[in-house]
Amino acid sequence: MASKETASTAKRIKGRVTLNKGLKYLFLVATLVGLVFLALLIYRVLTQGIGYLNFDFLTSFPAPFPEEAGFLAGIMGSVFLMLLTAPIAVILGVSTALYLEEYAAKNRFTRFIQVNVQNLAGVPSIVFGLLGLTFFVYLFGMGYTLIAGALTMSLLILPVIVVASQEAIRAVPNDLREASTGMGASKWQTIWTIVLPASVPGILTGSILALSRAIGETAPLIVVGAATTIYSIPDSLFANYTAMPIQIYSWIIRPQPEWQFVAGAGIIVLLVILLAMNAIAVWIRNKFQHRY
Amino acid sequence: MESTTNQAKSVQLMIQQNKQKRNVRKTTESLIPTFLLISAVISVLTTVGIFFTLLRESIVFFSEVSFAEFFLSAHWSPWTGSFGVLSLIAGTLLITLIAIAVALPLGFASAVYLSEYATPRTRKVIKPVLEVLAGIPTVVYGFFALTFVTPILQSLIPGLLVFNALSAGIVVGIMIVPMIASLSEDAMNAVPNSLREGALAMGATKLETTFKVVVPAALSGIVASVVLGISRAIGETMIVTIAAGASPNLTFNPLESIQTLTSFIVQGATGDTSFGSTIYYSIYAVGMTLFVFTFAMNLLSQYIVRKFKEDY
Repeated sequence: MASKETASTAKRIKGRVTLNKGLKYLFLVATLVGLVFLALLIYRVLTQGIGYLNFDFLTSFPAPFPEEAGFLAGIMGSVFLMLLTAPIAVILGVSTALYLEEYAAKNRFTRFIQVNVQNLAGVPSIVFGLLGLTFFVYLFGMGYTLIAGALTMSLLILPVIVVASQEAIRAVPNDLREASTGMGASKWQTIWTIVLPASVPGILTGSILALSRAIGETAPLIVVGAATTIYSIPDSLFANYTAMPIQIYSWIIRPQPEWQFVAGAGIIVLLVILLAMNAIAVWIRNKFQHRY
Repeated sequence: MESTTNQAKSVQLMIQQNKQKRNVRKTTESLIPTFLLISAVISVLTTVGIFFTLLRESIVFFSEVSFAEFFLSAHWSPWTGSFGVLSLIAGTLLITLIAIAVALPLGFASAVYLSEYATPRTRKVIKPVLEVLAGIPTVVYGFFALTFVTPILQSLIPGLLVFNALSAGIVVGIMIVPMIASLSEDAMNAVPNSLREGALAMGATKLETTFKVVVPAALSGIVASVVLGISRAIGETMIVTIAAGASPNLTFNPLESIQTLTSFIVQGATGDTSFGSTIYYSIYAVGMTLFVFTFAMNLLSQYIVRKFKEDY
């Protein structure tokens, strides 16, 4: 009787252990599905696009034939868009973070701004496009221009930069602030010479990641009227423009299959740039960020 | 004698200069918080701007199309004057359902594996690679859905249309896996080790510890991550625009071509929509609908985290 019970207990324990082991592998496989998908995606894009990726592709404008199509307008459009978006979004974002972390009293108004920033981060990007269309394109009369696109993008990535900057500023220990104040520095002197330099790596990392998101954004730019076919590099704030994802989109939706290869080539360029930006962000984080 | 007056003068000058400096500093000290506050207010103005924009243009829209038609009719064909948003909502829900059916098991299992089973070294490698998935532009996902996933599905399911909800939904699901995995893992990591050790010491297997101790303790964070994932799937634009088609259908058949709220906005913004036409205003009415859905989801997610957060 007793031995029977021990036997069944042993069997049950064995079953539980086996189940544990089995499900462990199931969880591992599920984790790998995402990674395999990523590998497939990269492999697929590479094999599709590499044949069309050459020097001419990078240095020429769109063409009616896939063999002659170029990506220059998209690359330069994205570069100019980012050159405008980055300073606007970073200055506004860091200022907001400084206000919330260093100056704001802990009252309802501050909490309201904080919650508002969080909610803004969850608004679909295409809704930012509608905001840009109403305010920048029509109300301020900018039309379908580079500056309208850049302002829309700035507002889109603002919440991400605010949150990243807040974390970086919060990580600066109070000892440093107190030491600075104790030496007779004013509040702003302390912020400018102590707090900001210490939090620059975190702010930079967050900003680069936010910008790399902006480079890949398509939907809001479509809504604020980025051109799909353009034969020039923007020469002023009020020039028409396109961007890399917009050009890729315009190639994907063409019915002739050859354009898929051109789209693949464009995607390779886009992904290489994104990868480089992410690598820089990670490098900054590892190199300069230290714990106190 | 002369040198002393000079010295006296220069001392006076120095005092004056110091005073000036102090004044300048005083003004900066008082101006800077104001400037920073203005920056902070811009984020509030953005929200107000979004709300105002959507509301104002939607009101114009509803002066031309009745509320009842918009919310009760299922026929969406703006170019012929039918504005029944139900078919767009159905398309959006269909995509969201498929996406969550893909992302929930994959994301949850990844989180369990990374937080409970993986060695620190494995986690250090897998987590960032998984997060690369989140950084890939959605236009690239759309391309992949249309040119890779759809042909594979077509060979498995005969009669599957080129533009279909299934392919787009699966890829949207893959896109939100890293988000659910990462947020759920954070929640599970926050469960203190003493709880795990207690369960293990009582003879529970790792699996039992995970599902009877860790997951219940981290449930609010896990649920919140799924709700956020749903919100992301509702607002996703490019994948569905490229791969799901542009046929507003009141259908829950994933093999059919559909149109979502977001992909209509893209279509409306790129088509020959003239400023001030009913179609132009319909973009905003659809945008308002989308905004309300995602906003509700985001608030719900924040509420869950705040309300059910366990403190140890």
